[in-house]
Amino acid sequence: MRKVIIFGATSAIAQAVARRLAQKSDALFLVGRNPNKLAALVSDLVVRGAKPPGSASADLNDTSAHARLFQQAVDHLGGCDVVLIAHGDLGHEAAAQRDYTEALASYHSNFLSAVSLATVAGNYFEAQKSGCLVAISSVAGDRGRQSNYIYGSAKGALSLFLQGLRNRLFHSGVHVITVKPGFVDTPMTAQFKKGALWAQPDTIAAGIVRAVESKREVVYLPGFWWLIMFIFKVMPEGIFKRLRT
Amino acid sequence: MSQDTLPLTGWGRFPLSTARVVPLADAAVAPAALDRTHKGDTVLPYGLGRSYGDSCLNDGHTALLTRPLDKLLAFDSSQGLLTCQAGVSFAEVLQFAVPRGWFLPVTPGTKFVTVGGAIANDVHGKNHHVAGNFGNHVTSFELVRSDGRYTCSPAENPELFRATIGGLGLTGLITQATFRLKPITSVHIDQEVVRYSTLDEFFALSAESEASFEYTVSWIDCFASGRQLGRGHFIRGNHSSGVLPQSLPAQKRIAVPVNAPGWLLNSLSLRSFNLAYYWRQPQRIKRTKTHYDPFFYPLDAILNWNRIYGKRGLLQYQCVLPMGDGSEAIKDILKLISQAQMGSFLAVLKTFGAVPSVGLMSFPRHGVTLALDFPNCGDRLFKLLAELDNVTRQAGGAVYPAKDARMSPASFAQFFPQFSEFSRFIDPHFSSSFLRRVQ
Repeated sequence: MRKVIIFGATSAIAQAVARRLAQKSDALFLVGRNPNKLAALVSDLVVRGAKPPGSASADLNDTSAHARLFQQAVDHLGGCDVVLIAHGDLGHEAAAQRDYTEALASYHSNFLSAVSLATVAGNYFEAQKSGCLVAISSVAGDRGRQSNYIYGSAKGALSLFLQGLRNRLFHSGVHVITVKPGFVDTPMTAQFKKGALWAQPDTIAAGIVRAVESKREVVYLPGFWWLIMFIFKVMPEGIFKRLRT
Repeated sequence: MSQDTLPLTGWGRFPLSTARVVPLADAAVAPAALDRTHKGDTVLPYGLGRSYGDSCLNDGHTALLTRPLDKLLAFDSSQGLLTCQAGVSFAEVLQFAVPRGWFLPVTPGTKFVTVGGAIANDVHGKNHHVAGNFGNHVTSFELVRSDGRYTCSPAENPELFRATIGGLGLTGLITQATFRLKPITSVHIDQEVVRYSTLDEFFALSAESEASFEYTVSWIDCFASGRQLGRGHFIRGNHSSGVLPQSLPAQKRIAVPVNAPGWLLNSLSLRSFNLAYYWRQPQRIKRTKTHYDPFFYPLDAILNWNRIYGKRGLLQYQCVLPMGDGSEAIKDILKLISQAQMGSFLAVLKTFGAVPSVGLMSFPRHGVTLALDFPNCGDRLFKLLAELDNVTRQAGGAVYPAKDARMSPASFAQFFPQFSEFSRFIDPHFSSSFLRRVQ
């Protein structure tokens, strides 16, 4: 039985992870913004037979509350083995590309708030000399594209940050996992037309649980995104910029 | 890539529509989503899009996507009462319920429908003759209308309860529901398939089977004519007894990756399929023990099977004809279909029992129901279906709105004379492509 804290627990992917971990009898503490969604998720897990998870509703954009929230979760669980940072927001890309204030909001929710949580959790695990920190980044962070470079650069920065943190914490026996999902069919992407590349949240969740258990470092989910992003990354800029992607 | 409106269709992929989509992740803030700022805009809940035609579409307006409302909220294991959000699918209910010894009280031929959609269409299944419709097993639900939130049950807001069951999503948004499951002790069904060669045999088999079999249905060869008219396989079954597994393994499924070319389904290929299918079972009676998945949901094993019908899509026709005159009218309908040579793989014939429907607008009624798919071949098909409507009208029957994409307002008015009473309960902020078409 692991003790797991999930930030952004009511996101579609995190919810699916919570269901899978609860089934494995892990003890959970869930943090989400919307108290109604959080209460519904807690009921769902309990009806399915989970130990009643702890929960707290909080806006994770408020970084000043992170240390207190984390402590509350650790106190509730009596320790912590795994932290999943899953909150995020596609934002208004078009507006953010033209308005720095919008861009800043995207950086705050997709990058800075995750940095704050990862710092708190990382320090805790470092002192404990064990633990696993998982954060959801995105394939969008692998290459700047004209259609989503604000969201992409926030996630790209997060991937780099996690890479550095992984290298630092390795020496204390702490594991850091960067999850890079491709297109996922969630409420966040309801406005997108879905095609063959789209995955269900539970598929991503299964990959995340597998990554934790097999101590992967960077995982593309589903796995074929590794190949797509490899091709994207090696494409010369002179060609790439003409593709209107 | 992100856009304001999205193309949406029902399972038949005809007609096409575009709608603004609003995902509903939080049942509690739903009333705000109903407050349309654009004048004249309306909303309609959209779950898994398994209605065939346009009853789940709201072309040019707003679709409220209910799938994110996928939480189980409470389970009373002594009575088998499950409370869940409206976007939970029947597949998810089974995943939860079966290992605990419970099964859906009524299920349609696909488990990829939501609980909300099952109520809004008051769906029926192979056990109609004993269990009625899904609505007969719903004990209460929460309905969010533009003027507030209502708890509906036979005791509380009974009129809204009756109007919403089978109300095609027009009376408000169902956010959560409580319904009764039925106990089982095995995942298997003791199945008997009886090959029969005339329509009269079908009626005799139905009458004989209904007392001792919980589930009955029949597949018919819709290309057979003359003395063989209505021949097919009569399928009947009961839940087995045994031991339940701790959990259900994921079902293996294959997918139809792209649209099949339009010429694939023609009268020759379909006629051959039906002939071969009929003779697949040379013996008259075959008894097997089968898993509930292939018994109830044979087509769910093939993802996107609707793509087999090509990009023009398919139309399904399902009518019910009252007992008595029904057997003559069903012959007329089968003759018309067989003459037109336009039928398809899976024509289904079943008798509905006398259990009264709860819903004001529910489709099932005591009689015999026929359902079959047609590849969309344009005018020729629409003409045939209009002729079938005429036979159904004369026999005092009805056509199922959940399967329909083209019935005329006059036909609808005759099939559902209770519509004027129902229309009092339609929320002014709700509408659908179907409603605008038949009104």
